[in-house]
Amino acid sequence: MAKVIVVTSGKGGVGKTTTSAAFAAGLALRGHKTVVIDFDVGLRNLDLVMGCERRVVFDFINVINGDANLNQALIKDKRHDNLFIFPTSQTRDKNALKREGVERVMEELKQQFEYIICDSPAGIEHGAITALYFADSAIIVTNPEVSSVRDSDRIIGILASKSRRAERNEAPVDVHLLLTRYDPARVAKGEMLAVDDVKEILSIPLLGVIPESESVLRASNTGTPVVFDEDSPAGRAYVDAVARYLGEQREMRFVTPERRSFFRALFGRA
Amino acid sequence: MGFFRTLFQPKRNSASIAKERLKIVLAHERASSRAPDFLPTLQRELLAVVGRYVEISDDGIRVTLGSSGGTSTLEINIEIEGGKVKTGGPSGSALSAAV
Repeated sequence: MAKVIVVTSGKGGVGKTTTSAAFAAGLALRGHKTVVIDFDVGLRNLDLVMGCERRVVFDFINVINGDANLNQALIKDKRHDNLFIFPTSQTRDKNALKREGVERVMEELKQQFEYIICDSPAGIEHGAITALYFADSAIIVTNPEVSSVRDSDRIIGILASKSRRAERNEAPVDVHLLLTRYDPARVAKGEMLAVDDVKEILSIPLLGVIPESESVLRASNTGTPVVFDEDSPAGRAYVDAVARYLGEQREMRFVTPERRSFFRALFGRA
Repeated sequence: MGFFRTLFQPKRNSASIAKERLKIVLAHERASSRAPDFLPTLQRELLAVVGRYVEISDDGIRVTLGSSGGTSTLEINIEIEGGKVKTGGPSGSALSAAV
Protein backbone atom coordinates (compact mmCIF):
# COMPACT_ATOMS: atom_id res chain seq x y z
CA MET A 1 0.00 0.00 0.00
CA ALA A 2 1.40 3.36 -1.04
CA LYS A 3 2.19 5.83 1.73
CA VAL A 4 1.70 9.58 1.54
CA ILE A 5 4.22 11.59 3.57
CA VAL A 6 3.85 15.34 3.99
CA VAL A 7 6.91 17.45 4.77
CA THR A 8 5.60 20.47 6.62
CA SER A 9 6.56 23.09 9.22
CA GLY A 10 4.28 26.11 9.29
CA LYS A 11 7.30 28.39 9.21
CA GLY A 12 9.17 29.15 6.01
CA GLY A 13 12.87 28.68 5.37
CA VAL A 14 13.41 25.83 7.82
CA GLY A 15 14.33 23.24 5.17
CA LYS A 16 11.12 21.65 3.88
CA THR A 17 12.21 21.46 0.25
CA THR A 18 15.73 20.31 1.15
CA THR A 19 14.17 17.64 3.37
CA SER A 20 11.61 16.59 0.73
CA ALA A 21 14.36 16.20 -1.87
CA ALA A 22 16.70 14.37 0.52
CA PHE A 23 14.02 12.10 1.92
CA ALA A 24 12.64 11.16 -1.51
CA ALA A 25 16.12 10.43 -2.81
CA GLY A 26 16.93 8.49 0.37
CA LEU A 27 13.84 6.29 -0.04
CA ALA A 28 14.72 5.73 -3.72
CA LEU A 29 18.26 4.72 -2.72
CA ARG A 30 16.72 2.16 -0.38
CA GLY A 31 14.95 0.61 -3.36
CA HIS A 32 11.52 2.19 -2.99
CA LYS A 33 9.82 3.76 -5.97
CA THR A 34 9.19 7.31 -4.81
CA VAL A 35 7.70 10.50 -6.19
CA VAL A 36 8.17 13.94 -4.66
CA ILE A 37 5.45 16.53 -5.32
CA ASP A 38 5.78 20.30 -5.05
CA PHE A 39 2.64 21.79 -3.44
CA ASP A 40 3.97 25.35 -3.41
CA VAL A 41 1.88 26.72 -6.27
CA GLY A 42 3.30 29.95 -7.63
CA LEU A 43 6.63 29.53 -5.87
CA ARG A 44 8.00 26.44 -7.57
CA ASN A 45 11.40 25.47 -6.20
CA LEU A 46 11.58 21.72 -5.80
CA ASP A 47 12.58 21.45 -9.49
CA LEU A 48 15.65 23.63 -8.80
CA VAL A 49 16.65 21.72 -5.67
CA MET A 50 16.26 18.44 -7.57
CA GLY A 51 18.16 19.83 -10.55
CA CYS A 52 15.44 19.25 -13.13
CA GLU A 53 14.24 22.83 -13.73
CA ARG A 54 14.95 22.68 -17.45
CA ARG A 55 12.98 19.51 -17.93
CA VAL A 56 9.61 20.83 -16.67
CA VAL A 57 7.03 20.74 -19.46
CA PHE A 58 3.74 19.97 -17.75
CA ASP A 59 2.88 20.48 -14.09
CA PHE A 60 0.49 19.56 -11.28
CA ILE A 61 -2.17 22.08 -12.35
CA ASN A 62 -2.02 20.88 -15.99
CA VAL A 63 -2.74 17.35 -14.77
CA ILE A 64 -5.55 18.46 -12.44
CA ASN A 65 -7.17 20.41 -15.27
CA GLY A 66 -6.80 17.51 -17.68
CA ASP A 67 -4.44 19.39 -20.01
CA ALA A 68 -1.81 16.67 -19.62
CA ASN A 69 -1.73 13.17 -18.25
CA LEU A 70 0.25 12.17 -15.20
CA ASN A 71 3.07 10.43 -17.04
CA GLN A 72 3.66 13.48 -19.23
CA ALA A 73 4.20 15.62 -16.12
CA LEU A 74 6.32 13.23 -14.05
CA ILE A 75 10.07 13.81 -14.43
CA LYS A 76 12.30 10.79 -13.97
CA ASP A 77 15.43 11.59 -11.99
CA LYS A 78 18.65 11.09 -13.93
CA ARG A 79 20.56 9.78 -10.92
CA HIS A 80 18.14 7.12 -9.78
CA ASP A 81 15.56 4.98 -11.55
CA ASN A 82 13.24 4.85 -8.53
CA LEU A 83 12.98 8.61 -8.16
CA PHE A 84 10.42 10.90 -9.83
CA ILE A 85 9.66 14.59 -9.51
CA PHE A 86 6.21 16.10 -9.95
CA PRO A 87 6.63 19.86 -10.37
CA THR A 88 4.02 22.44 -9.50
CA SER A 89 2.76 25.35 -11.54
CA GLN A 90 3.93 28.95 -11.46
CA THR A 91 0.37 30.26 -11.71
CA ARG A 92 -0.60 33.04 -9.34
CA ASP A 93 -3.99 31.50 -8.69
CA LYS A 94 -3.45 30.11 -5.20
CA ASN A 95 -6.66 28.11 -5.25
CA ALA A 96 -5.77 26.23 -8.42
CA LEU A 97 -5.18 23.09 -6.33
CA LYS A 98 -8.74 21.84 -6.05
CA ARG A 99 -9.15 19.10 -3.49
CA GLU A 100 -11.10 16.75 -5.79
CA GLY A 101 -8.47 17.17 -8.49
CA VAL A 102 -5.63 16.54 -6.05
CA GLU A 103 -7.44 13.47 -4.72
CA ARG A 104 -7.77 12.02 -8.23
CA VAL A 105 -4.06 12.58 -8.93
CA MET A 106 -3.09 11.07 -5.56
CA GLU A 107 -5.10 7.94 -6.26
CA GLU A 108 -3.39 7.62 -9.62
CA LEU A 109 0.06 8.10 -8.04
CA LYS A 110 -0.71 5.43 -5.44
CA GLN A 111 -1.04 2.90 -8.25
CA GLN A 112 2.52 3.58 -9.41
CA PHE A 113 4.54 4.49 -6.32
CA GLU A 114 5.38 3.14 -2.87
CA TYR A 115 6.01 6.54 -1.34
CA ILE A 116 4.51 9.90 -2.23
CA ILE A 117 6.36 12.83 -0.62
CA CYS A 118 4.39 16.08 -0.47
CA ASP A 119 6.54 19.20 -0.16
CA SER A 120 4.25 21.68 1.63
CA PRO A 121 4.37 25.45 1.23
CA ALA A 122 4.92 27.53 4.37
CA GLY A 123 1.95 28.91 6.25
CA ILE A 124 -1.43 27.44 7.14
CA GLU A 125 -3.34 28.57 4.06
CA HIS A 126 -4.99 26.56 1.29
CA GLY A 127 -1.75 25.15 -0.19
CA ALA A 128 -0.40 23.89 3.13
CA ILE A 129 -3.75 22.38 4.13
CA THR A 130 -4.06 20.64 0.74
CA ALA A 131 -0.52 19.26 1.08
CA LEU A 132 -1.24 17.69 4.48
CA TYR A 133 -4.84 16.64 3.83
CA PHE A 134 -4.08 13.25 2.26
CA ALA A 135 -1.11 12.38 4.49
CA ASP A 136 -0.53 9.07 6.26
CA SER A 137 2.71 10.34 7.83
CA ALA A 138 4.05 13.81 8.49
CA ILE A 139 7.61 15.00 8.88
CA ILE A 140 7.61 18.17 10.96
CA VAL A 141 10.71 20.10 9.94
CA THR A 142 11.77 22.29 12.86
CA ASN A 143 14.72 24.55 13.57
CA PRO A 144 15.93 24.83 17.19
CA GLU A 145 14.50 28.32 17.44
CA VAL A 146 11.39 29.72 19.18
CA SER A 147 9.29 30.78 16.19
CA SER A 148 9.88 27.52 14.34
CA VAL A 149 8.97 25.40 17.37
CA ARG A 150 5.79 27.39 17.94
CA ASP A 151 4.73 27.06 14.29
CA SER A 152 5.48 23.33 14.38
CA ASP A 153 3.16 22.97 17.34
CA ARG A 154 0.45 24.76 15.40
CA ILE A 155 0.85 22.54 12.34
CA ILE A 156 0.77 19.40 14.55
CA GLY A 157 -2.60 20.62 15.86
CA ILE A 158 -3.85 21.20 12.31
CA LEU A 159 -2.78 17.69 11.26
CA ALA A 160 -4.79 16.32 14.17
CA SER A 161 -7.93 18.21 13.20
CA LYS A 162 -7.93 19.02 9.49
CA SER A 163 -6.36 16.02 7.77
CA ARG A 164 -8.49 13.50 5.93
CA ARG A 165 -7.65 10.89 8.56
CA ALA A 166 -8.97 13.24 11.25
CA GLU A 167 -12.11 14.05 9.29
CA ARG A 168 -12.86 10.38 8.72
CA ASN A 169 -12.04 9.39 12.32
CA GLU A 170 -9.32 7.05 11.09
CA ALA A 171 -6.01 6.35 12.82
CA PRO A 172 -4.26 9.72 13.19
CA VAL A 173 -1.47 10.85 10.87
CA ASP A 174 1.77 9.60 12.38
CA VAL A 175 3.95 12.62 13.02
CA HIS A 176 7.74 12.71 13.20
CA LEU A 177 10.03 15.47 14.34
CA LEU A 178 13.00 16.31 12.15
CA LEU A 179 15.26 18.90 13.71
CA THR A 180 17.29 20.73 11.07
CA ARG A 181 20.11 23.31 11.10
CA TYR A 182 21.26 21.94 14.45
CA ASP A 183 24.51 23.33 15.78
CA PRO A 184 25.81 21.08 18.62
CA ALA A 185 28.56 23.57 19.54
CA ARG A 186 26.03 26.34 20.16
CA VAL A 187 23.79 23.93 22.07
CA ALA A 188 26.76 23.04 24.31
CA LYS A 189 27.23 26.74 25.03
CA GLY A 190 23.57 27.15 25.95
CA GLU A 191 22.88 29.39 22.98
CA MET A 192 20.52 27.05 21.14
CA LEU A 193 17.61 24.84 22.16
CA ALA A 194 18.79 21.26 22.59
CA VAL A 195 17.19 18.36 20.76
CA ASP A 196 15.74 17.04 24.04
CA ASP A 197 14.16 20.43 24.80
CA VAL A 198 12.40 20.53 21.43
CA LYS A 199 11.31 16.91 21.80
CA GLU A 200 9.92 17.62 25.25
CA ILE A 201 8.04 20.74 24.14
CA LEU A 202 6.47 19.23 21.02
CA SER A 203 6.17 15.70 22.50
CA ILE A 204 6.33 13.83 19.21
CA PRO A 205 8.85 11.10 18.31
CA LEU A 206 12.18 12.20 16.90
CA LEU A 207 13.06 10.99 13.41
CA GLY A 208 16.42 12.69 13.10
CA VAL A 209 18.70 15.62 13.72
CA ILE A 210 20.27 17.27 10.68
CA PRO A 211 23.35 19.31 11.57
CA GLU A 212 23.90 22.77 10.17
CA SER A 213 26.18 22.00 7.26
CA GLU A 214 27.82 23.81 4.38
CA SER A 215 26.98 20.87 2.17
CA VAL A 216 23.26 21.77 2.16
CA LEU A 217 23.87 25.03 0.29
CA ARG A 218 26.34 23.28 -1.98
CA ALA A 219 23.69 20.65 -2.75
CA SER A 220 21.03 23.20 -3.66
CA ASN A 221 23.54 25.23 -5.68
CA THR A 222 24.13 22.22 -7.88
CA GLY A 223 20.62 20.77 -7.79
CA THR A 224 21.61 17.54 -6.09
CA PRO A 225 19.68 16.08 -3.13
CA VAL A 226 22.12 16.18 -0.22
CA VAL A 227 21.92 12.39 0.41
CA PHE A 228 23.91 11.87 -2.79
CA ASP A 229 26.86 13.64 -1.12
CA GLU A 230 28.38 10.83 0.93
CA ASP A 231 30.91 13.12 2.61
CA SER A 232 28.25 15.44 3.94
CA PRO A 233 27.22 15.14 7.62
CA ALA A 234 23.76 16.45 6.69
CA GLY A 235 23.50 13.88 3.91
CA ARG A 236 24.45 11.06 6.27
CA ALA A 237 22.00 12.33 8.88
CA TYR A 238 19.22 12.23 6.26
CA VAL A 239 20.19 8.67 5.29
CA ASP A 240 19.86 7.73 8.99
CA ALA A 241 16.47 9.46 9.23
CA VAL A 242 15.19 7.53 6.21
CA ALA A 243 16.42 4.27 7.77
CA ARG A 244 14.60 5.11 11.02
CA TYR A 245 11.45 5.92 9.07
CA LEU A 246 11.71 2.44 7.53
CA GLY A 247 11.86 0.94 11.02
CA GLU A 248 15.59 0.58 11.66
CA GLN A 249 17.20 1.48 14.95
CA ARG A 250 20.03 3.93 14.43
CA GLU A 251 21.88 5.98 16.98
CA MET A 252 21.61 9.76 16.64
CA ARG A 253 24.78 11.19 15.15
CA PHE A 254 25.93 14.80 14.96
CA VAL A 255 24.23 15.80 18.23
CA THR A 256 27.41 16.46 20.19
CA PRO A 257 30.13 18.92 19.21
CA GLU A 258 32.68 17.40 16.89
CA ARG A 259 36.02 16.83 18.56
CA ARG A 260 38.78 18.11 16.40
CA SER A 261 41.95 16.11 16.65
CA PHE A 262 45.14 17.86 17.65
CA PHE A 263 46.60 17.66 14.15
CA ARG A 264 43.43 18.82 12.48
CA ALA A 265 43.22 21.76 14.85
CA LEU A 266 46.86 22.51 14.20
CA PHE A 267 46.59 22.45 10.44
CA GLY A 268 43.11 23.97 10.33
CA ARG A 269 41.46 21.25 8.32
CA ALA A 270 37.83 20.80 9.26
CA MET B 1 34.18 46.18 31.85
CA GLY B 2 33.33 42.99 30.03
CA PHE B 3 35.44 41.07 32.50
CA PHE B 4 33.62 42.47 35.53
CA ARG B 5 30.26 41.93 33.93
CA THR B 6 30.89 38.24 33.35
CA LEU B 7 32.32 37.96 36.83
CA PHE B 8 29.51 39.59 38.77
CA GLN B 9 26.45 39.08 36.60
CA PRO B 10 25.82 35.40 36.09
CA LYS B 11 23.88 35.31 32.82
CA ARG B 12 21.08 32.78 32.34
CA ASN B 13 21.74 31.06 29.08
CA SER B 14 19.42 32.05 26.29
CA ALA B 15 18.43 28.51 25.35
CA SER B 16 16.79 27.94 28.75
CA ILE B 17 14.96 31.26 28.45
CA ALA B 18 13.71 30.13 25.03
CA LYS B 19 12.49 26.85 26.45
CA GLU B 20 10.65 28.52 29.31
CA ARG B 21 8.96 31.06 27.03
CA LEU B 22 7.90 28.38 24.56
CA LYS B 23 6.38 26.22 27.29
CA ILE B 24 4.26 29.08 28.55
CA VAL B 25 3.06 30.33 25.17
CA LEU B 26 2.29 26.84 23.87
CA ALA B 27 0.36 25.83 26.99
CA HIS B 28 -1.84 28.86 26.42
CA GLU B 29 -2.25 28.34 22.68
CA ARG B 30 -3.02 24.64 22.96
CA ALA B 31 -5.77 25.32 25.47
CA SER B 32 -7.44 27.87 23.22
CA SER B 33 -7.01 25.93 19.97
CA ARG B 34 -8.64 22.84 21.43
CA ALA B 35 -11.79 24.72 22.41
CA PRO B 36 -14.76 23.38 20.45
CA ASP B 37 -16.15 25.40 17.55
CA PHE B 38 -19.54 25.99 19.13
CA LEU B 39 -18.28 28.20 21.97
CA PRO B 40 -18.47 31.54 20.11
CA THR B 41 -22.02 30.78 18.92
CA LEU B 42 -23.07 29.63 22.39
CA GLN B 43 -21.62 32.83 23.79
CA ARG B 44 -23.58 34.97 21.32
CA GLU B 45 -26.84 33.16 21.95
CA LEU B 46 -26.45 33.33 25.73
CA LEU B 47 -25.76 37.02 25.43
CA ALA B 48 -29.00 37.48 23.50
CA VAL B 49 -31.10 35.48 25.97
CA VAL B 50 -29.64 36.94 29.16
CA GLY B 51 -29.66 40.38 27.56
CA ARG B 52 -33.47 40.26 27.43
CA TYR B 53 -33.63 40.25 31.23
CA VAL B 54 -30.59 42.14 32.46
CA GLU B 55 -28.23 44.79 31.13
CA ILE B 56 -25.04 43.21 29.93
CA SER B 57 -22.31 44.35 27.59
CA ASP B 58 -20.95 42.35 24.68
CA ASP B 59 -17.70 41.62 26.44
CA GLY B 60 -19.26 40.91 29.82
CA ILE B 61 -19.56 37.20 29.13
CA ARG B 62 -16.96 34.48 29.36
CA VAL B 63 -17.58 30.89 28.32
CA THR B 64 -14.88 28.32 28.97
CA LEU B 65 -14.75 24.59 28.68
CA GLY B 66 -12.36 22.90 31.04
CA SER B 67 -11.66 19.48 32.39
CA SER B 68 -10.27 18.18 35.62
CA GLY B 69 -9.97 14.52 36.40
CA GLY B 70 -12.72 12.60 34.67
CA THR B 71 -15.27 15.43 34.41
CA SER B 72 -15.63 18.24 31.92
CA THR B 73 -17.00 21.56 33.03
CA LEU B 74 -18.68 24.30 31.08
CA GLU B 75 -18.23 27.53 32.93
CA ILE B 76 -20.29 30.54 32.03
CA ASN B 77 -19.52 33.85 33.65
CA ILE B 78 -21.70 36.86 33.00
CA GLU B 79 -21.08 40.31 34.39
CA ILE B 80 -24.17 42.41 34.87
CA GLU B 81 -23.65 46.12 34.32
CA GLY B 82 -24.24 48.00 37.55
CA GLY B 83 -26.66 45.33 38.70
CA LYS B 84 -29.42 46.63 36.41
CA VAL B 85 -32.25 44.16 36.04
CA LYS B 86 -34.81 44.67 33.29
CA THR B 87 -37.75 42.56 34.60
CA GLY B 88 -37.43 42.07 38.29
CA GLY B 89 -35.61 39.12 39.78
CA PRO B 90 -32.61 39.10 42.03
CA SER B 91 -30.13 41.88 41.45
CA GLY B 92 -26.56 40.70 41.61
CA SER B 93 -23.31 41.72 40.06
CA ALA B 94 -22.47 38.37 38.60
CA LEU B 95 -24.45 35.41 37.40
CA SER B 96 -22.50 32.22 37.39
CA ALA B 97 -23.45 28.74 36.40
CA ALA B 98 -21.60 25.50 36.22
CA VAL B 99 -22.99 22.54 34.30
